Amino acid sequence: MMQASRRILLASTVGLALAVAGPATAQKAYDEGASDTEIKIGNTNPYSGNASAYGQIGRTIEAYFKMINDNGGINGRKVTFITYDDGYTPPKAVEMVRKLVEDDKVLLVFQTLGTPSNSAIHKYMNQKKVPQLFVATGASKWGNPKEFPWTMGWQPDYATEGGIYAKHILATVKDAKIGVLMQNDDYGKDYFNGFKAGLGKDADKIVQVATYEVADPTVDSQMIQLKNSGANVFFNITTPKFAAQAIKKAAEIGWKPVHYLNNVSISVGSVMKPAGLDASQGILTAQYLKDATDPQWKTAPDMIEWNKFMDKYMPQGDKSSSFHAYGYAAAATMAQVLKQSGDNLTRDNVMKQAASLKAFDNPMLLTGIKVNTSATDFYPIQAVQLSRFEGESWKVFGDILSNEGASQ
Amino acid sequence: MATTTNPTSQAPVAAPGGVAWRPWWIWIGLAGLALLPFVGGKTGLISNFAFLQLSLMIVYAIAVLGLNLLTGFNGQISLGHGAFFAVGAYTAAILIDQANWPFWATLPMAALACFVAGYLFGLPALRLEGHYLALATFALAVAVPQILKYRHFEPFTKGVQGINIFKADPPFALPLSSDQWMFLVVLAVAIVMFWAARNLLDSRIGRALRALRDQPLAADTMGVNSSHYKAVTFGISALYTGVAGALHAIIFEFVSPDSFRFELSIAILVGAVVGGIASLPGAVIGGVFVQAIEKYADALTKKISATVHLPLELQPWTIYGIALIILIYTMPTGVAGGLSTLRRRLKRP
Repeated sequence: MMQASRRILLASTVGLALAVAGPATAQKAYDEGASDTEIKIGNTNPYSGNASAYGQIGRTIEAYFKMINDNGGINGRKVTFITYDDGYTPPKAVEMVRKLVEDDKVLLVFQTLGTPSNSAIHKYMNQKKVPQLFVATGASKWGNPKEFPWTMGWQPDYATEGGIYAKHILATVKDAKIGVLMQNDDYGKDYFNGFKAGLGKDADKIVQVATYEVADPTVDSQMIQLKNSGANVFFNITTPKFAAQAIKKAAEIGWKPVHYLNNVSISVGSVMKPAGLDASQGILTAQYLKDATDPQWKTAPDMIEWNKFMDKYMPQGDKSSSFHAYGYAAAATMAQVLKQSGDNLTRDNVMKQAASLKAFDNPMLLTGIKVNTSATDFYPIQAVQLSRFEGESWKVFGDILSNEGASQ
Repeated sequence: MATTTNPTSQAPVAAPGGVAWRPWWIWIGLAGLALLPFVGGKTGLISNFAFLQLSLMIVYAIAVLGLNLLTGFNGQISLGHGAFFAVGAYTAAILIDQANWPFWATLPMAALACFVAGYLFGLPALRLEGHYLALATFALAVAVPQILKYRHFEPFTKGVQGINIFKADPPFALPLSSDQWMFLVVLAVAIVMFWAARNLLDSRIGRALRALRDQPLAADTMGVNSSHYKAVTFGISALYTGVAGALHAIIFEFVSPDSFRFELSIAILVGAVVGGIASLPGAVIGGVFVQAIEKYADALTKKISATVHLPLELQPWTIYGIALIILIYTMPTGVAGGLSTLRRRLKRP
């Protein structure tokens, strides 16, 4: 009797151990785009056109995986990163993503850039059941695992960020009269709606909203319109080229509002410098990445690693551009998911692992910000810190503002 | 297929010759194309994506043909055919998305809408000659994406986000994927459109069109109602481009205002010039050019810079520019014209 029960106990313990170790010892399993030697990842980025400043992100990710491959790959497999130009236009993105999925047969699509482009492929990816991971846009709709289980965002969502600016305005600016410049698409509207929700009953403090199209040559007339509205606060919802134009124009026409700039355009190299450092002083934003131009991170281990990476793999890259830090950080999250997936490189399992990141210490994120996901939380990064442009770099101030745990 | 003309200087010069195109030659080629989905699809040699590419080439060939009719055969320059392409595409997309029409039923509607739009635009615009007409049509091309984004149209056009539609599955349980099926549909439509264009050009109307291009004064004297013919040509040309737009929406499964920026109008014009501006085979070559060279300039540029280590980084459009310059210098009458010149030279002892 005693013997028997001990045996049962032993058996069940072994069984339990096997169950726990399950993923690690499971047989190798692959979907299209993965094999014993290779993992294929697809991407589209704007390398031409009005938003081509973002193209640095794609090039950085390409270089990151080259570094990974030089160091032996992920679980012994080389990563093949295929990236195409979409010119920041949805139709080109649709075509290129179809090429990636149907022709190149990638395992997943990663960091496709732009809200309009990702919206255009959203249904297609979910219909094909191919992961659309860590998209390079902060629209809030990417975190909807119930309806779109194959799509996941990465950076803090725009609505939350807009809300944070609204709260800060209400707390610090007396008699605020707010002017808003926004890109006329889902990305702009997402920021604006979050901002308006954050203002709550004070939404009537918005005195002027000016919009522009991404195909427009300049935003000069919009800036004059905003100045004439008498606004003393300016919320700047623009992509890099237009952000630089807006900052420059505001200085030229002598408009000096309290200036909030959305996080997607805070690249010192691509926005602040072209706009003019003098014109950029005092601009406020919310950050989640360490800014390479900020001397306080000089000795941070991840910053040292990043500098080494830039020197070796992107020697021509401009280190003051935040897009290099962004691409590097996003690629690190992707690499972690692939590492966690082990030998089970099915699309199912990759999505499962992407949704099981627990307090992952992602390089280049501000101290205290971690990556967290779960089956119901498809928002990997949900914390930011306010930051002010001083001299030649961003200086963070105040506490880390977290929205962690909220799933919608 | 291209009928011989006696180009009298100034007007856009027609691609000479082309009489040697024998029908049987074309029919065998077409039969081969039609069999592709059954052969290529089964063996897996040709991916669904490749069929999409082939379909898009044919679609652009129809659009280029539309412009050819106007610019090549009637001598009117249009920089705004992307606008008619957009009208056709949105007509099809909205009817499928909002009214649940079957895809084939949207084609005649797109054709009708574009004919009317083209005719109406043609009437006043045709008082403008040459460069002025080009500018007026250019304005149309620039305006259309903005109109599609207009707030009060958003319930129909879905604004800047565009409309996602889904392709129809092949009927009668044919052993084809939807991409292969749509390839056959597009091919069939193209055959009908090219056949109709050829008949039109060989008819009395066709002769009147060319007469208006080459000798407007003489044509007037002969009793050709120039403003009527010009407006109708504009309408027919828009119809062709509109049908191409509708097919594009159906096979691409997506339309958005940014699909129809003015660059598209330029691309169609470049396709027409590269192919051969007054030639039907030229339209096919132009369609292939628009799709293949333009869309893959980037991939090609990267491949070249990867294999040949150049000291400078090539920009995505470099190859496109170089290809265009070489083509225009070596074959000023387009590829179709260049080929027939070449053939005549080879035949000469």
